[in-house]
Amino acid sequence: MSSTIKAAAANPTARSGAKPGGTSAGAWLLATPLAIVLGIFLVIPILMLVVVSFLDYNSVQIIWSFVVQNYIDAVSSAATWQTFAVTLKYAVITWAITLFLGFWLSYFLAFEVRGAAWQMGLFLVCSIPFLTSNIIRTISWIPALGRNGIVNSVLLHFHLIHQPLTFLLYSQFAIILAFVHLNTLFMVTPIFNSMMRIDRTLIEAARDNGAGFWQTILNVILPLSKTGIGIGTIFVITLVMGDFVSVSIMGGGQSASVGIMIQNEMSQLQYPAAAANAVILLAIVLIMVFLILRVVDIRKEL
Amino acid sequence: MNRDRRGKSFYILASLFAAFVLFLYGPIATIVILSFQGPDGGLTFPMHGFSVHWFHALFQQQMVGDFGGSITRSLILAFMVMVANVVISVAGGMAFRRRFAGSTFLFYLVIASLIVPSILVSLGIGLLFSQLGLNPAWWSSAFGAQLTWTIPFGLLIMFAVFNRFNKSWEEAARDLGAGPWRSFTNVILPIILPGVVGIALFGFSLSYDEFPRTMMTAGDSNTLPLEIFAMTANVTTPVIYALGTLTTAFSALVIIVAMTSMAIIRRRRAAKLG
Repeated sequence: MSSTIKAAAANPTARSGAKPGGTSAGAWLLATPLAIVLGIFLVIPILMLVVVSFLDYNSVQIIWSFVVQNYIDAVSSAATWQTFAVTLKYAVITWAITLFLGFWLSYFLAFEVRGAAWQMGLFLVCSIPFLTSNIIRTISWIPALGRNGIVNSVLLHFHLIHQPLTFLLYSQFAIILAFVHLNTLFMVTPIFNSMMRIDRTLIEAARDNGAGFWQTILNVILPLSKTGIGIGTIFVITLVMGDFVSVSIMGGGQSASVGIMIQNEMSQLQYPAAAANAVILLAIVLIMVFLILRVVDIRKEL
Repeated sequence: MNRDRRGKSFYILASLFAAFVLFLYGPIATIVILSFQGPDGGLTFPMHGFSVHWFHALFQQQMVGDFGGSITRSLILAFMVMVANVVISVAGGMAFRRRFAGSTFLFYLVIASLIVPSILVSLGIGLLFSQLGLNPAWWSSAFGAQLTWTIPFGLLIMFAVFNRFNKSWEEAARDLGAGPWRSFTNVILPIILPGVVGIALFGFSLSYDEFPRTMMTAGDSNTLPLEIFAMTANVTTPVIYALGTLTTAFSALVIIVAMTSMAIIRRRRAAKLG
């Protein structure tokens, strides 16, 4: 920044706005489309959710009168509590598995693979499926996990089991598997990014001072990857907490999640009830994000 | 001795990595194979012959709801989102190079857009449109809903690009008398072009496959992912695998085109500078 100020001072004849990075008014102008889109399609809709969650409704329409009944209905229903609890359970289990995978895969890419081309190439291998369809990726587990699927056929063939395993598909196991499959890259990307910024001399210094493999991991790499782990955690938790697709495909219609509950209420036109559950979900997610942000500073990564 | 220890962790982690890649790509490989099932084949192995029967079936109206219409809408929408995503993210990225009134708030809004569960964005926009008496449609409400998902990725790419951006090039352009627009088109844009291609790729691909934010905002006419999701509930033939194979192949093609053009831009630049 000081160099830009110096440049501007050294060149007083430059027309206004000639400072690289532009003027404040110029920055405002450039940010306007962004602010408008997020205002109309994020801020107002979320405010709308909050407003509607306090409205009354009957079987056909929303009634514009203030009530807190939707929240009373939500918190007094055992089914709601169970649904939130099971969704939280999915989030925690998925988080633990994706964190384990994300940490070690990133460690492998950042510290074991040699050469930037190999590192980037293998990183792309991990992240490219993000740009393909999540629904198709979820469906693609069906031939593997079904009653007559690949896993059962192989296990039966080698006489490891005597009848097909039924918990593989349309179960909580299948749901978690899909979550891990879809979301691990959200852990790998930020942790890999953090690890690539670690000064290699620190690791040499640790080794020179007699630190073994695990000591180096625990005392050097893990603390310095904290921000990446924090960002990955935010991604995985928020994606799983709000999920609708994976649970409905892999759960086979019997499993519940907050997303499915909200979707069901919407399809029955109980919009204020859906909005109340949505606001509760938002509050839970925001509290979790807030707690994570107390541990890590995400602006450091940008 | 140090080498030995490194060797061991390398082989263990390399095996983990290989297993993960298999886990990542194995399932999609199985549905690609199964989409070539014979006409009597089912959703699982074994293969009953080998045919393109299910690809033909895709284009018959009664097998899949509205395949032609939904893919047309998805392609147009993905193109719209791609263009808007590039314009908004590049402009926003330029703006964020300096502090301005409200820049911190706007930054947190961008992060919020990424981490607010998609179903809430979908429901909120759906409610907003219905309460305003507007009909949600794929080109209006779903377009905006998808932008809330693609813009944060576009901006994060821009932040990464400008972190490595050497401002002295831009200063030189200004010192030589170039105005803001000229220094953008002649100096900044050529330098950030690979990043811009990346933003376009993210905009197009994320929109083309977007489901949760489109679910409540697309109105009466489905996009392709909505059509596919509807099929998961009631289609019990390999036609759904044929659709999965086609749409994944298309996504892969888009990724390859984008990555190749990024590589070409970089190589040309290296040749010029070298």
